[in-house]
Amino acid sequence: MSYRYLLRKTLIYMAILALALWVLIPIFLIGISAFTPRQELYLWPKTIIPSHFSLETMRFFLGAHGVVRSLLNSVQVALLTLVFTLAVGAPAGYAVARFFFRGREAFRLGILITRMFPTALLAVPLATTFIRWGLYDTLVGVALVHTAMALPFAVIITTGIFMGVPKDLEEAAMTLGCSRLRAFVQVALPLALPGLAAAAMFTFVISWNEVFAAAILTVRNRTLPAHIITTIQASPLDFRFAGGFFMILPALLFMFLIRRYLFHMWGGATAER
Amino acid sequence: MIERLRKLLGTDTLLPYWLLLPTLAFIGVFFLMPLFRAIGLAFYGDSGFTLDYFKQMISDVRFIDALKFTFLFAITIVPLQVITALAMALLLNTGVRGSRFFLYLFAIPLGISDLAAGLIWLSIFTHRGFLNSILYALGVIEKPIHYLSYQNVGFTFLSVVAAEHWRATAIVMVILVAGLQMISKDYLEAAEVLGARGWKKIWYVILPLLKPSLQSALIIRTIFALQTFAVVLALAGQITPVLAGEAYFWQFLYRNSHVASAYAVLLMAISIAMTWVYLRYLRPRREAIRG
Repeated sequence: MSYRYLLRKTLIYMAILALALWVLIPIFLIGISAFTPRQELYLWPKTIIPSHFSLETMRFFLGAHGVVRSLLNSVQVALLTLVFTLAVGAPAGYAVARFFFRGREAFRLGILITRMFPTALLAVPLATTFIRWGLYDTLVGVALVHTAMALPFAVIITTGIFMGVPKDLEEAAMTLGCSRLRAFVQVALPLALPGLAAAAMFTFVISWNEVFAAAILTVRNRTLPAHIITTIQASPLDFRFAGGFFMILPALLFMFLIRRYLFHMWGGATAER
Repeated sequence: MIERLRKLLGTDTLLPYWLLLPTLAFIGVFFLMPLFRAIGLAFYGDSGFTLDYFKQMISDVRFIDALKFTFLFAITIVPLQVITALAMALLLNTGVRGSRFFLYLFAIPLGISDLAAGLIWLSIFTHRGFLNSILYALGVIEKPIHYLSYQNVGFTFLSVVAAEHWRATAIVMVILVAGLQMISKDYLEAAEVLGARGWKKIWYVILPLLKPSLQSALIIRTIFALQTFAVVLALAGQITPVLAGEAYFWQFLYRNSHVASAYAVLLMAISIAMTWVYLRYLRPRREAIRG
C-alpha cells in the first residue's frame, strides 16, 4: 500500500515538474537571448549559456529607430483602453449582477457572440471608417478597437465581481437612508475595488498584447507589437529576441499580481449562474 | 440633485437599461457596423454587387495553402491543448503539496502575446538557435539545420504548432480547473464508496461532469486557432500562409480593403460554421460558449 502510494506520488510530481519545465524553459531561453552579446547570437557552434551577459542587445533594441516611441504609444493605448473599457463595461456588469430585467439573458448571449468576431472583421472595415472619422493612425482609434475587443471580457468579469459583493450590504445601506448611488459608491465599490483593479490589469494586458488591429490602423503612431511585426522581415535576430523579451515583461508582472483573480475571472466566465 | 437625477433616469425598472446603454452603443458601433461594412466591402465594388473580390481571393496563389494551413493548425493545436490542459488540471486536482503554486506557474503563458510567443520559439528553432546548439552539444549534428525554410515546410508547421501549443494551453487549463472546482464533492465521494478509483474515477465520473467546460474550451480555442496570425508571421514568415495573415497582407501591403474584407468574412463564416458544428454534435448548454 505505502509502496504503491509512494510510487504514485513520485509519478505525479515528475509529471508536474516536467510540465513546469516545459512552461518555464522557453521564457528562460528568451531571457538568455536578450542578454547575450550580439556577436555570439550568430556564432556557430553557439554555446547555450553566453560567455558573459551583456546589455548590448537590449540597448540596441531600445536605441533602434521608433522603439521608444512605440513603447510610449503602447502604454498610452493600454491606459486609454483600460479607462474606456471599465467606464463602458463595468456599469453593464453591475446591471447584470444586480437586476433581473427583460432581455437580461439576450444581452448576455449577445456579449458571448461578440467574442466570436475575428479581429480582422473589426479592424479591416474600421480602417476605412477611421479615415473618414479622422481616427486613422491615432492612439485613441487603436484604443477604441482594443476596448471593443476587451469589452466582452470586462462585462463578464465585472458581473462576477459584483455578484461577489453581497447585495444585502447595499440594501442595508439604502434602508438606513443612503441613496442607491451613495450605497453603491460607499458600500459596494470599496468591496469590488480589488476585483476591478484585477480586471483593469487584465484589460491592460489585452491591449498591450494586441497586434493585428494595431498594425492595420496605424502608419506612424505604432504600438510596440505593431512596430515589431511591421518591421519583422527586415530586423535582425537580436532585435526580435530583445523585442520578444521586452513585450512579455509587463504582461508577466501583471499576471503575477492578479494571479488569485485569474481563476475567479475565468471560473466566472464558464460557470452557470 | 439626486432627486432630479432619479427623475431623469426614471425608476429602478429603467436603471439597468441605462447601465447597459454604453455597452450596447459600443457593440453597435464597433461590432455591428464593421460587420455590415465588411460584408459591403467584400460584395460591393464601384459598380454595385460583385463577386470579383472573392474570385480575386480564391485565385490568389497563396489562398489554397492559407486555407489548408489554417485548418491544419486548428485541428492539430486544439486537441493537443485540450489533452495537455486536462493532464495539468487532473494532476493538480490530486491535491499534492504545492499544487496552488504550480497552478499559477502553469497559468504564466496566459499573459504572453502570440507575437511574443512566436519570437520566443524563434530563439529555439532559428538557424543558430537553442535546438541546434543542444543537438550539436549532444553530438547529434555537425552543421546547423534550417528548420524554418521552404525546404522544411513540415518542420516549420510543427514549430508554429509548438509555439501555439505552449502559449494557449494555459487558458484551456484555467477553464478546466474552474470546471473541476465546480464538481460537487458528493459525486466524487459516492464514486469512491462504489469502488471507482484512479483512472476509473477520472473516466466514468470526472470527465462526464467536466463535459460543459471541455466544450467551452473547445469552442473558444477553435475560434482563436482559426485566427492564428502573429505566431505564424514571427516563425514562418510566408512559408505557411494562414487566412488571417492574408487578410493582414491584403490590407496592409496591397492596400486592398475589398479582398481583405473577403478574407475577414470568410473567417467569420468558418468560425460560425465550426461553432454550429460543436453546438450541433456536442450539444453543450448555451453557457458553454461563454468566455
